[in-house]
Amino acid sequence: MNEADITQLWVYLSAKPLTGLTITLVAYAVGFWLYQKSNRNPICNPVVIAIALIALLLNVTGTPYATYFEGAQFVHFLLGPATVALAVPLFRQTATLKRALPVIVFGVLFGSLVASASTVILAWALGASPETLASLAPKSVTTPVAMGIADEIGGVPALTAVCVIATGIVGATLGPMVMNKARLKDWRARGFAMGVAAHGIGTARAFQVNETAGAFSGLAMGLNTMATALTIPFLWHWIFG
Amino acid sequence: MIAAFALILVCQLFGEVVSELFDLPVPGPVIGMVLLFIGLLVKRKPPKVLTDAADNLLIHFSLLFVPAGVGVVTQIDRLKGDWLPIAAALTISTLLTMVLTALLMSKLFPKQDTAEKMEDAQ
Repeated sequence: MNEADITQLWVYLSAKPLTGLTITLVAYAVGFWLYQKSNRNPICNPVVIAIALIALLLNVTGTPYATYFEGAQFVHFLLGPATVALAVPLFRQTATLKRALPVIVFGVLFGSLVASASTVILAWALGASPETLASLAPKSVTTPVAMGIADEIGGVPALTAVCVIATGIVGATLGPMVMNKARLKDWRARGFAMGVAAHGIGTARAFQVNETAGAFSGLAMGLNTMATALTIPFLWHWIFG
Repeated sequence: MIAAFALILVCQLFGEVVSELFDLPVPGPVIGMVLLFIGLLVKRKPPKVLTDAADNLLIHFSLLFVPAGVGVVTQIDRLKGDWLPIAAALTISTLLTMVLTALLMSKLFPKQDTAEKMEDAQ
């Protein structure tokens, strides 16, 4: 098979949804394998590895993102149902919720506001463009919801996805160290803060460290998703018109 | 299993319709999540098929972020221009949010579960 044949074969294959879908699953499987090999080191994040591998492949083969997405959209679609499904782990925390409801609601609203306000103010002070600011604002909630919010307030959903994932990794890797420095010893408070600031990636990390921290992180993540989705778009339109 | 997935999709569809109809800035799936959560509170004991379906969807939740994340290839120019504000704002804001929230919550949570406090910070 000469080079022209291979090129032609790739042109044929890359036009099929099957290729984008297969590449996505294989790249993630490689990423997950490396993650486990590294003793679940949060720096070896399977999502980051998968994205890097696929981006490299698209770059080398000169395949446009839209062509890749023809196949990858089947995975992407599941983000919606998975977001709905978050109601189930949230429901499992109902007992905790009932015991300390006012405190938890206040904490989530506080964290949600600090997360978006501090990002937007810092990025604005450092000279980021308006689209970048709107893309950064929902960075602490889980990707599908963050992308939806960014779309509503004039951000770029693709950029938001990158920022959300980066936020999760920063929170999961550096967060525990910083909380140790601040002498924070209550597992409930540490887990809660992890879920508010670093969504699903932070929650996965919290579960590895301590069961109580994990449960509180999941609870905070779920509530923060709701709180941010319900407040940021209204606040944004109110402040920036 | 089919019924459980159908229920999840119905919640999402309801959310999308409500979001579109009332021109809400809240994404449809979030409204769907609230609806399902209320349904679970009312039902009290959720059917196992539903919790299994939800758990299966969420086991590899992070896989679902990959297609959107690959979209970074379309944002290279924007990242070139704004990488410093993005990286600095992300890092500082995330750690600030975490420490302030943890401080607040360790003051606010009732002081009952002393056994759940960590022995020494790792």
